[in-house]
Amino acid sequence: MKKYQIILLAAIAVGFSSCKPEFDDEIASGTYTAGEADFSRYVAVGNSLTSGYMDGTMYRSGQQYSFPNLLSKQFSVVGGGEFTQPSYADDVNDVGGLLLGGNVIAQTRMIINMSTGGPQNIVGTPTIQVGQLQAKAFNNMGVPGAKSFHLLAPGYGNLAGVATGQSNPYFVRMATSPSTTVMTDAMSMNPTFFTNWIGSNDVLAYALSGGTGVNQQGNLNPATYGGNDITDPNVFAQVYSTITNGLTANGAKGVVATIPYVTSIPHFTTVPYNPLTPEALGGAAVVGQLNELVGKLKGALTYLGAGDRVELFSTTGSNPLLIKDETLPNLSNQLTAIFAQDPQFGPLAPILGQIYGQARHAKSDDLFVLGTSSVIGTNASSPLLQNIPAQFLPMFNKMGVTFPLEDKYTLIPQEQENIRVATDVFNNTIRTVAASKGLAVADMNAILSQLVSGIRVADGQIYTADYFKGLGNMNVVLFSLDGVHPNPRGYAFVSNEIIQVINKHYKSNIPLLVPGNYPGVTIKATN
Amino acid sequence: MNRNKLMAISLLTLMSSSVFAGGYRISMQGQRQLAMGHTGVAVIGQNAESIFFNPANGTFLKNKWSFSAGVTALTSDVKFQNKTYNWKNETSNTGTPVYFYGNYQVNDRFSVGLAIYTPYGSAVEWDQDWQGSHLVNNIDLKSYFIQPTFSYKITDEVSLGVGLIYVNGGVKFNRNLTRNMTDDSGMNRSDVTVDAQGVHSFGYNLGLTAKLDDYVTFGVNYRSQIDMKAKGGNATFHDMPTFAQSTYKDGKFDATMPLPAELTVGFSYQINKQWLAAIDYNYTFWSAYESLVIEFENPNIPTSVNPRNYKNSSTIRAGVQYAPTEKFSARIGGYYDVSPVQDGYFAPETPRNDALAGTLGFTYNVTPRLGVDFSATVLHFKETDNSYDYFMEDGNPVSFGGTYRSGAYSLGLGLSYNF
Repeated sequence: MKKYQIILLAAIAVGFSSCKPEFDDEIASGTYTAGEADFSRYVAVGNSLTSGYMDGTMYRSGQQYSFPNLLSKQFSVVGGGEFTQPSYADDVNDVGGLLLGGNVIAQTRMIINMSTGGPQNIVGTPTIQVGQLQAKAFNNMGVPGAKSFHLLAPGYGNLAGVATGQSNPYFVRMATSPSTTVMTDAMSMNPTFFTNWIGSNDVLAYALSGGTGVNQQGNLNPATYGGNDITDPNVFAQVYSTITNGLTANGAKGVVATIPYVTSIPHFTTVPYNPLTPEALGGAAVVGQLNELVGKLKGALTYLGAGDRVELFSTTGSNPLLIKDETLPNLSNQLTAIFAQDPQFGPLAPILGQIYGQARHAKSDDLFVLGTSSVIGTNASSPLLQNIPAQFLPMFNKMGVTFPLEDKYTLIPQEQENIRVATDVFNNTIRTVAASKGLAVADMNAILSQLVSGIRVADGQIYTADYFKGLGNMNVVLFSLDGVHPNPRGYAFVSNEIIQVINKHYKSNIPLLVPGNYPGVTIKATN
Repeated sequence: MNRNKLMAISLLTLMSSSVFAGGYRISMQGQRQLAMGHTGVAVIGQNAESIFFNPANGTFLKNKWSFSAGVTALTSDVKFQNKTYNWKNETSNTGTPVYFYGNYQVNDRFSVGLAIYTPYGSAVEWDQDWQGSHLVNNIDLKSYFIQPTFSYKITDEVSLGVGLIYVNGGVKFNRNLTRNMTDDSGMNRSDVTVDAQGVHSFGYNLGLTAKLDDYVTFGVNYRSQIDMKAKGGNATFHDMPTFAQSTYKDGKFDATMPLPAELTVGFSYQINKQWLAAIDYNYTFWSAYESLVIEFENPNIPTSVNPRNYKNSSTIRAGVQYAPTEKFSARIGGYYDVSPVQDGYFAPETPRNDALAGTLGFTYNVTPRLGVDFSATVLHFKETDNSYDYFMEDGNPVSFGGTYRSGAYSLGLGLSYNF
């Protein structure tokens, strides 16, 4: 009897000790590998896309989702060290924005206000002081607003220059001295691995301004550039080489990223060229009244051989916005002469000539900046309208309907072409310089272009470059509410693309992220 | 390990049924038969457990009165990993299926019995907000079956049996609402608990036992499908962002979960006075479990449809018993249980794959009437790379998966009293 029990209990003991499940190929210390790279001191160089900027500002809770910060967490399993970012502890209300000497110089972050359904700046007072100098180099050296040549510009972190636009408020808060450069501070971190995603602002600023800046091709002195200008390709190439030489001087490896076509981001793709439905215009009666004006304008333009600039409003279809196209021959004088003979409009002829001299209806190849949606149909406040008697004013002052949208709202094909050409040249430079140093290239331009039609990720979810449309796409939207920068989920998506490039180029094995597990845009019940 | 310790283990964890075989079925309905691989449809002349395995067995019991009762301490470990994302997780859950059987032979031909047992249940508790939390954080499914049985010998060799089943059960289930929703602070994930208790339903159980000769017995048993319909369960939402609170209000829900029909056929072979062998083939009609549909009373909350698409599955069981003396008998057995879960439907609420079980046990008769039954089992589950591909997010199905591996073991203690 005893013998049986002992045998039985021994068998049970053996059985139980072996039934804790184990995997054939269990995740262990050797599962993930750094490959040919050394992630012990990772430094990220770039602009707002690197800093973790989103929803139109830097803010405390958003910054933790910067792609370099997300990457650093993945690097930590393959020898990555500590990763520091500039402090936003002074953003006590988590609303972002900027204060310079008590004045608000940057607005709070954007949120969706469900009671109105649209994006708004969150109500609150910024507490982030430009003058709060940290005087410290960080692993994340992304500086919102920086163009390529800014990374090499002494004084870009000088507090005294913020008011005059000579320096950058975000870099001021970080810079180790007023005279240092972004690159100097970055190199003081002695990186073994880097990411460099710079260059977007060299063309994006022009695009965001609606193409109001100047294409500086041929001007080799960036000190003379305006904020909204396109950088000269030779300046870009020279600056980019200098930055890359600096980053790789001590043998560091890294990833450089290409510049996306701005035409693939929701800031420029969300507002359609023809949002004016008959209902939006106020119904068939209003359309009829509008067509009295448009009809006369079209008649005059037809007489001048430019009748295709405008079309009568349709009472059934969606109508295009009215824009000012500075590339068109200015017909102000001719229109003034024709309108002068009109019994109704005669007295206003000189003004109408001015308003409609370069007006045309938008076409499908015109792009509009995101902010256009909030001005369409509102009353224009232009000096041109000052002398129109009040009773006639409503006939001519509706933005995008009867009053042409100014240049800053639109990217006409010529401006898009300037952007495309510059982006291609810059990206060629990036690829060429990267190849010369054996660096990995994350082709964010190609990825974003694919994203426009949709990218299916490993878990089956399909992501697009769409803007927030409502609760129906709240779980798949990748862009923040500024329409330019990713949201946390989007930065996780970006991080994955970079990890895949690293894994391939440096024969590493770094685990990926799941974008779907990251937050999207902030939705509030009320603001 | 002595008996007191075994009792202590059982009592410590006396709470609910737990994970075991394929799906949410737990095959632990009697220590003696469990030790023989949970065979029993054609095993006669043992103790009152027999009426669970086949209601027709009641008339073939040796004594006028037969009772047995028992409890099993069952521990199940599930391990999960996903190398793509460096995900690792595991959960260990303990449960205690119980049983009580009593049989009274009214006369030579007719006997009546009562069976109380817990054949379905699942308790899985992952870390709150773990990687698969949008599918399940934790689930606790319990059911108690109460079954009066009647068996009648139509000849000396052939008996028919019927059982009427009353089921009372409950389920409590928690998962996160989406893969990323949090409250306004951004710190707490939004989750929902659905809780339905006291759900009851009826079913039946039919059996036939035939002694083919002095050595070989044949048995067949059919258990009907029982649909557990929860009406007016409570759904409670936690840590919802303010903008969603007007929609996702706590309220009632309805849901149905099937307990599938089963058909078992088997033979036993009394090799000689000391040796008995048994083999069962069990077919479970799991395809009844197409999807878990949760309909909320609040019309603003969309109906939650969770495809399961189980397939019918088989289990093959075998065991032997060695009874050298009147005082002592020992048993050993095993079974192979094919999982009803199909590829792409592998949900972490029942994270189990095909299982191979080894069982053993013994009985010590303290007196001629009173026997103490022990059983021990070890379940080895195949490692599986699998996923659940039907979580809907903004109109698209999203997959969650990785490598799963389960292991389970149990210790059981039972008492038999016959006179």
